[in-house]
Amino acid sequence: MIRALALFLALALPAAAQETIVAGMSQNRVSITADFDGSEIIVYGAVRRDAPPPESRLDVIVTIEGPATPLMVRRKDRVWGIWVNNASVAVDSAPSFYAVATTGQLHDILSATENLRQGITIDRVIRAVGITTEADASEAFVEAMLRVRTGEGRYRLMENRVQLTEQTLFRTDVVLPANLTEGIYKVRLFLLREGKVVASQERQIGVRKAGLERLIYNMAREQPLLYGLVSLVLAALSGWAASAAFRLFRA
Amino acid sequence: MQLYLPIAEVSVNAFLILGLGGIVGFLSGMFGVGGGFLITPLLFFIGVPPAVAVATGANQVVASSVSGVLAQLRRKGVDFQMGTVMLLAGFVGSAIGVWVFAWMTRLGQVDLFVQLSYVFFLGLIGAMMFQESLRSLLRSRKAGGAPIRRAHVHSWVHGLPFKMKFRASGLYISVIPPALIGAAVGFLAAIMGVGGGFILVPAMIYLLGMPTKVVIGTSLFQIIFVSAFTTIMHAVSSQTVDMMLAMLLILGGVVGAQIGTRVGVRLKAEQLRILLSLLVLTVSIRIAADLLVTPAELYSVAPGALP
Repeated sequence: MIRALALFLALALPAAAQETIVAGMSQNRVSITADFDGSEIIVYGAVRRDAPPPESRLDVIVTIEGPATPLMVRRKDRVWGIWVNNASVAVDSAPSFYAVATTGQLHDILSATENLRQGITIDRVIRAVGITTEADASEAFVEAMLRVRTGEGRYRLMENRVQLTEQTLFRTDVVLPANLTEGIYKVRLFLLREGKVVASQERQIGVRKAGLERLIYNMAREQPLLYGLVSLVLAALSGWAASAAFRLFRA
Repeated sequence: MQLYLPIAEVSVNAFLILGLGGIVGFLSGMFGVGGGFLITPLLFFIGVPPAVAVATGANQVVASSVSGVLAQLRRKGVDFQMGTVMLLAGFVGSAIGVWVFAWMTRLGQVDLFVQLSYVFFLGLIGAMMFQESLRSLLRSRKAGGAPIRRAHVHSWVHGLPFKMKFRASGLYISVIPPALIGAAVGFLAAIMGVGGGFILVPAMIYLLGMPTKVVIGTSLFQIIFVSAFTTIMHAVSSQTVDMMLAMLLILGGVVGAQIGTRVGVRLKAEQLRILLSLLVLTVSIRIAADLLVTPAELYSVAPGALP
């Protein structure tokens, strides 16, 4: 009897959890060239399953996360009649870009516990890492940072922007902004049922400067003195050339 | 046409930057100032990170000053002796400025410090110039001709030791006042990311009594070297000089400067000074307003220093 039950569980449980993601992206590399003006990434995929799907609703969440950097959040206060940076909070690590695309309203499809466990929404991602408290109300600073960066288009919540067809095929378009930071962008895909993540997958997009951008950037980093001198020579030459050209023009 | 800047890491409209460089170049050619005090705040405004704006602005000033000084050279409008004295003192001032800048950065108040310097110095110089040029403009109107000016007004300045002959300026004065002015300008150049022409020009006219025809050329001569020094310092210490941004600004700037120089020649000295003073005052009031008006967003996010 017990053996039969164990056998039944061994067969039934995997079957219930046997939904996996098969995903693809329109590109897994973004080159920042001189005329770079943002880029659209299409994340698409299908749900593979061995058994017929359960009754409950299936949802998909796609997140794209840019490389993290330390940040300084400052608050201005009025001191002697002028607005001065007064209090500050250091955030050890915050993604330079973060987009969440979903098939439905986030609070309907994702439970708070699961969000805490997986770190899906942007506030979870930031609060997961330590925040060095230098002011009494660091919570207000983190909220302000989210507000500022959402305003800049760096952090986005795109609800109902993942299309899910026949409980199987899904697709979403995410526009990466023009002011991208170089590095590895992490793409995460989650399948959810009843607020819980039933399957997930991770992909990467490499964002890299290319061509002239790469050359200038590398030179500025590796040969700073030479770079400074070249900048000066170019500046002096163009000043001279303009002066000479205008004299010719007038003569 | 959008262009991605490799160091600033933002995408900007190339024509906007060209136009910006052109307008600032026009003004700098007209007034004989480097234009740094205009270009740096304008770059902040279009979203270039402040550190990149300050360093790249210095690079742009080199180009427009070279373009301007060549025009002045043909007119024999450069006093090399005076320029060299100011320059040497300028390096000392600049080194002190860089040190103070680093100290303020550690305290986290560098923005305020830069803004206050802008408001104070631009406001002071602008008000002084405006008042003086308005008075001389009114006087010349009333008298119906140019006022009679004495070539030399003897003051305490002439009692100082270490006198030196400045042939091109026709002055025989102590090297101490020009050296002090040079050092002060070098200091300001380092902390404000400007060439310092807006201080040099009035200081040479009013404090040293140099003839107006050599003032602009000599000021540009000194500015070339001080801003070149600043550019190298920034390139080495913080890698914030954006060559792509600089080239666009320069391209617009050198063309604008040549046109500006020609327009400037047609205007009367008093008119030129009154216009420059108004421009300087406008920038000063604009920055002061930022400090006084309650900002819409009290919080700001800046890249944090790595530990």
